[in-house]
Amino acid sequence: MKNIDSISHVTGRSLYVDDIPVRTGTLYGVVFPSPTAHGRIIRLDTSGAEALDGVAAVLTASDIPGKNQIGGIVPDEPLFAEEKVVFNGQPLALVVARDEHTARKALRHIRAEIEEMEAVTDAREAHQRGMLLVPPSTFRMGEVETAWDQCEHIVEGSTESGGQEHLYIETQGSYAYMMENGHLKIRSSTQGPTHVQKAASGVLGVPMHRVEVDVTRLGGGFGGKEDQATAYACMAALAAQKLNRPVKVILHRMDDMRMTGKRHPYSADFKIGLNKELKIIAYKATFYQNGGAAADLSPAILDRSLFHSTNSYFIPNTEVTAYSCRTHLPPNTAFRGFGGPQGMFIMESAIAKAAHQLKVPARVIQQKNFLRENDRFQYGQVARNVNIGKCFRLMDKTWQMEKIAEEVARFNVKNETEKKGLAIMPVCFGISFTNRSMNQARALVHIYQDGSVGISTAAIEMGQGVNTKLLQVAAQTLSISAERVKVETTNTTRVSNTSPTAASSGADLNGKATEIACNQLINRLRKTAAGILKADWKQISLKDEWVLVEGRRSKLTWEELVKTAHLDRVCLSEQGHYATPLVHFDRETARGEPFAYHAYGTAALVARVDCIRGNYSFDKVLIVHDFGNSMNIDIDMGQVEGALAQGMGWMTMEEVSYDAKGRLLSNSLSTYKVPDIYSVPADLQCIPLPARGPKAAILRSKAVGEPPLMYGIGAYFAIQNAIMAFNPDYEPDFNAPMTAEKVLMRLYA
Amino acid sequence: MIRFILNDKEVGTTLKPGTTLLDFIRYHEHLTGTKIGCREGDCGACTVLEGRLTGGRIEYRTIVSCLTPLGNAAGKHIVTVEGISGDSLNPAQQAMVDHNGTQCGFCTPGFVVSLTCHSMQNSPSAPQKAIDAVSGNICRCTGYQSIRQAAITLSDVLKEKDPDNPIGWLVSQAYLPPWFVGIPERLSAMNDQSAAIPSSGTMIGGGTDLMVQKPDDMAEAEPVLLFDREDLKGVNRKDDRCVIGAAATATDIMHSPVMRLNFPRLEEYFFLVSSEPIRNMGTLGGNICNASPIADLVIFFLALNSELLLADNKTGEKKTVPLEDFFQGYKQLNKKDHEIVASLSFPLPGKNTAFNFEKVSKRNTLDIASVNGAMMIRTEEGVIREARVSAGGVAPIPLFLRETSRFLTGRPLNARTLREASKILDQEITPISDIRGSKNYKRLLARQLFYAHFLKLFPDLFRLKDLTDQMPDE
Repeated sequence: MKNIDSISHVTGRSLYVDDIPVRTGTLYGVVFPSPTAHGRIIRLDTSGAEALDGVAAVLTASDIPGKNQIGGIVPDEPLFAEEKVVFNGQPLALVVARDEHTARKALRHIRAEIEEMEAVTDAREAHQRGMLLVPPSTFRMGEVETAWDQCEHIVEGSTESGGQEHLYIETQGSYAYMMENGHLKIRSSTQGPTHVQKAASGVLGVPMHRVEVDVTRLGGGFGGKEDQATAYACMAALAAQKLNRPVKVILHRMDDMRMTGKRHPYSADFKIGLNKELKIIAYKATFYQNGGAAADLSPAILDRSLFHSTNSYFIPNTEVTAYSCRTHLPPNTAFRGFGGPQGMFIMESAIAKAAHQLKVPARVIQQKNFLRENDRFQYGQVARNVNIGKCFRLMDKTWQMEKIAEEVARFNVKNETEKKGLAIMPVCFGISFTNRSMNQARALVHIYQDGSVGISTAAIEMGQGVNTKLLQVAAQTLSISAERVKVETTNTTRVSNTSPTAASSGADLNGKATEIACNQLINRLRKTAAGILKADWKQISLKDEWVLVEGRRSKLTWEELVKTAHLDRVCLSEQGHYATPLVHFDRETARGEPFAYHAYGTAALVARVDCIRGNYSFDKVLIVHDFGNSMNIDIDMGQVEGALAQGMGWMTMEEVSYDAKGRLLSNSLSTYKVPDIYSVPADLQCIPLPARGPKAAILRSKAVGEPPLMYGIGAYFAIQNAIMAFNPDYEPDFNAPMTAEKVLMRLYA
Repeated sequence: MIRFILNDKEVGTTLKPGTTLLDFIRYHEHLTGTKIGCREGDCGACTVLEGRLTGGRIEYRTIVSCLTPLGNAAGKHIVTVEGISGDSLNPAQQAMVDHNGTQCGFCTPGFVVSLTCHSMQNSPSAPQKAIDAVSGNICRCTGYQSIRQAAITLSDVLKEKDPDNPIGWLVSQAYLPPWFVGIPERLSAMNDQSAAIPSSGTMIGGGTDLMVQKPDDMAEAEPVLLFDREDLKGVNRKDDRCVIGAAATATDIMHSPVMRLNFPRLEEYFFLVSSEPIRNMGTLGGNICNASPIADLVIFFLALNSELLLADNKTGEKKTVPLEDFFQGYKQLNKKDHEIVASLSFPLPGKNTAFNFEKVSKRNTLDIASVNGAMMIRTEEGVIREARVSAGGVAPIPLFLRETSRFLTGRPLNARTLREASKILDQEITPISDIRGSKNYKRLLARQLFYAHFLKLFPDLFRLKDLTDQMPDE
């Protein structure tokens, strides 16, 4: 089934926040950002802007009737800076005017006097100064300190991985307006409507039931709108309440890039020990996460870096400590993979360095250490239905890794100005929110008296196709045609207390809730049918819009059945509630079973480096991915392809760059480059691993949003191998992204 | 009053000509299919079609509406995604649906418009040409594999197209609404440019730099619009010179017969210059007068011994200035405020002359150069008779490498000459560290691109290692 939005997308009829027809009297808000990364606010004079024709108001912290606080996990993030500023771009005020142009011009008339203080932008420096967002976390298994004795080879090193701008093509935005009796409606481009609702209710000083959040769809999210859509929704809400006028706040791209957080940069030290047989015996590492100026989701992201710190390998003795460091950068936030990619990059760097020193290909070490059935993860969970070895073997059988390696070597002998490099990237990614309470969802399913169906859930459609999957679940469970089903907007008055659509879990959680609701409705309808057909309800089933008695088609159609049930006063609406069974995790002991299941896959990447100019391209990427039983292979393949490109971008050309004072230099699309159509692999092949999916996955179709992103990590090592083929003096270093600049400097180092 | 046809409707507006076409489309005409992604021409979400009459025929090109001054739409046909969406899907739309080329959908209208524009061209389609049509469109969801497949499928469908009458064919297949057929007649009947052209004020060509740098000012400005000035257009041969009007776009240059004849690799070079819609908008004069130190076209023409013809807007007086003397410091031009660059000309390369252009940026395409460079070289019997080398991104101005060029002239064409020349080049450049690279990188890259000219033009004479390896005598 194609994405149900396809037609409206290609004809330009799909609606996003900025496309909603505006109400009469709508005003436009533009944020006045801090020009300084760290400092004391001496004076903020907005009178010049307020006096301008067309400006309705300039709102600051003092205009907030409730709490000036929007922090999700830790209450450490004001909506508008008060007394001090802690990052360049931090909102100080909102100019509200009759149009965006007027509001933007008014920014020039605001005077902010800020006593500048020293800014810390580096995670290690922040750590040294004791600037931490939360206490550090450590995951341990076995006895690392005594295990070094069993190691034949011990390799140490350090790594850096850079930030990543989400670059959802639709920027952050919200449209808020008052309904009657102090009821406020917010149309927001958010992955977390409940977070918006809760934060707005706190800022406005009203109960949550006064704030309704409605989301049609997002023009991309990637984690960037999980927590960070909230500020702009609250600003629109505040202005709407204050001025009793509809207010729209849509960020200009450069404001969005400057004000919002990104993927966390990580700095790390590692020590890895292998025995004679190249089994990894011990791994010790310290991660320094650059969290930015407020906690945001950093603590949870830090945890996931630890969960995935050994990637797809079983290492009997591990000890990994992670620090979430507070710096004067915009609060870094969720981004597809949620800390997992950073942890895996460090692991793969350690293997690459060991491989280089031992003069063996990294793939040899990788293969020898793959997780096996019943191995224990370093957080105590026992690995079940482990598919990493199966993925690699199928990849090897299909494309023959040694043959590719030989082709690459032959090419490198023949060619002086171009070199190729091969890298293998295995991925093992845990599925579930690691915060237990978030693993729940509800779905509200209405069957209308004409037999058509409407579904409301907590899921946010942001391109990942979750609405299509929900529609499939409903149509399949009710055994009716897909045309009868409509997926409604996501609205906090229909489905409340929602978890954000994140952690690849949107389809699983909301799909399961939908399935539960549909099954309850089916059972009710079976009883009605039993009455009509004078049969036992257990003999009744529904199939392709017909009622069956003991498997034989009766005269009763879906439409007739529904109509009769309604007249018979049967409830045709149902709410399904789903909570993922079993998952739990104790942060104190760092032990538990946090994941419902794991997703697996392996990729082989071949890079081609131009040794004259230092730029590069990718000849091919070959993937075996474990989808379980994919319920929609079109959509799932799209997730693999898109995530791969994003992961490769993170590792290659996407370079977030701040100056020493915390000012973003890569602040536009002309200075921050994401892959275009020529940057992605010319030849990308992905085959699904034939495997039965787990029960915890919706229709046994595994979560797919995040795992394939990490195949992109292989891009770094493929380029690195090509560089080594040209410059034998180059000692591999681990400092992502591998930009064209870094490549050239290393070719001639 | 600015008047033009927007989709099937004639529109007139008294908004300032410096307002963006995008804002007019979205917020005045309420056509919300055209999206705002970046407002700097780098994402393509706001791509629309610009149709203009040339010799009774209508030609459509893609432009980014975020950088198009409303005044540049006057007298034209502007088509948004709503305009190309009839009762059934067109082949571009159908291919995008069939190959799952859309996920979040926000960039999709831009892709669809670009692919539809490709369908409307008076030349046969080819898979690579269809892919190149979306060179200016960024998608953050799909990873492009599905879009590439859609482009290939589209190209296949377009085999049926009548290249002499693509619009007629598309309409006959119900791929475009029928009113498209009547547009040329309606356009020619329209009294275009009814507004008086101001003689002073900011001069603007395609808008691809100015609309990025100061959009808020431009929205209130009455700029001097140069883009559609017929007297500033054209790429022509005049005796042994090539003369290019300042309002010629990069696309005009790229497609001109005289340029293609003299530069067999022209397409390869221009492929590195921004993206299709930006090449459709960006003018030579704009590229010169914006005076960016990494201006691709300037670097290209510096190596060709070009000169500029300046026209005084007040007196009508004309004078010529060598291009290499036009840049006096960072963004400082050797011209008076009321002078405009009317054209550029250069002697066409003669016998034994070779030319090459190089550019490296963080992303290989649709990006601004870290360093770019060009070289023209005339050799006879293993001796360099004349060389002109230019480099961008290595000085406050687009740099003609006078000393390096002089050194090369008269010397034997061998590795030793090049290695020595590279040392002079290194002294001649003064790169700074910025977002496009550290100064050390730019130094190394400038050397490498200098060598690249020779490795590409004389592949049998040079090996990379002979140029880059440290020699014992050096």
